Amino acid sequence: MQDPQLLRRLLRAKDRIDAASHEAWPVQRLAAVSGVSEAHFARSFKQAFGMPPHRYLLTRRIERATALLGDTDLSITEIAFATGWESLGTFGRTFRDITGESPSTLRPRLQAAARQLEHMPACVLKAAQRPDLIEAVSEKRRRAANGTKRLSTKETR
Amino acid sequence: MSQGIGVVGVYVNDQDEALAFYVEKLGFRVQADVGNGAYRWLTVQHPEQPSFELGLFTPGPPVHDEATAQTLRAMVAKGAMPALVLNVTDCRAAYERMRKLGVEFTQEPMERYGSVDAGFRDPSGNGWKMIQARAKAA
Repeated sequence: MQDPQLLRRLLRAKDRIDAASHEAWPVQRLAAVSGVSEAHFARSFKQAFGMPPHRYLLTRRIERATALLGDTDLSITEIAFATGWESLGTFGRTFRDITGESPSTLRPRLQAAARQLEHMPACVLKAAQRPDLIEAVSEKRRRAANGTKRLSTKETR
Repeated sequence: MSQGIGVVGVYVNDQDEALAFYVEKLGFRVQADVGNGAYRWLTVQHPEQPSFELGLFTPGPPVHDEATAQTLRAMVAKGAMPALVLNVTDCRAAYERMRKLGVEFTQEPMERYGSVDAGFRDPSGNGWKMIQARAKAA
């Protein structure tokens, strides 16, 4: 079990990645946030959060890039730089490695999904997500009523 | 109100440290601070919400064995406990005030569809979202 004081300081590094995943987070910078030696940081972080810090950073960047692909009209190059990559090539390769698809092939689907929701007025969207309760209840009631009848018929028999 | 939720607790690493944080930095009031041997029942209250108490509890004996207490302390310290929400009327003003007092913010105020939210942690690692609701449409 890791020391709570150490974990609290490692959490600070994770919070900083969450707050600014587009920034560069070399181990020495993260280690400094945590007040841990560079030699121990990556291993301690992985033990605490289940993955090495650089991989955690990548997942946060891909998550952000995916959101931008679906929700904005920024070009893929703009998204690559906005989410912290230094080259379009690295972004595309990493994106494919993680999601199994390139940003450009995934984008139309993300946008279509976003558009569908957008074109639906909020009240309709809510209604569409509402369970079909009225029919289910009436159906339930009818069945319950029939059941009761049958039961009472049996009882009187 | 005579029925409803009265106390919800969070685990903290150190009750004195937590007390100072919630009272001096967040502006809560002490509602109960009762000792019984090693056990200390400590709750605070938001000044505008007298019907609800937030318990500041430390894992440990007599409630937990040492191994369990250690696990709980670790979970709190790595931010694995559920998020807490503080409702405010002016998120940016609260952020400025709290930041000056040294509160550790994890997210600056951000507007999303008309509501404004920020994130901070208590000294133990419990994560709070501070939310200013969207202004109600006239």
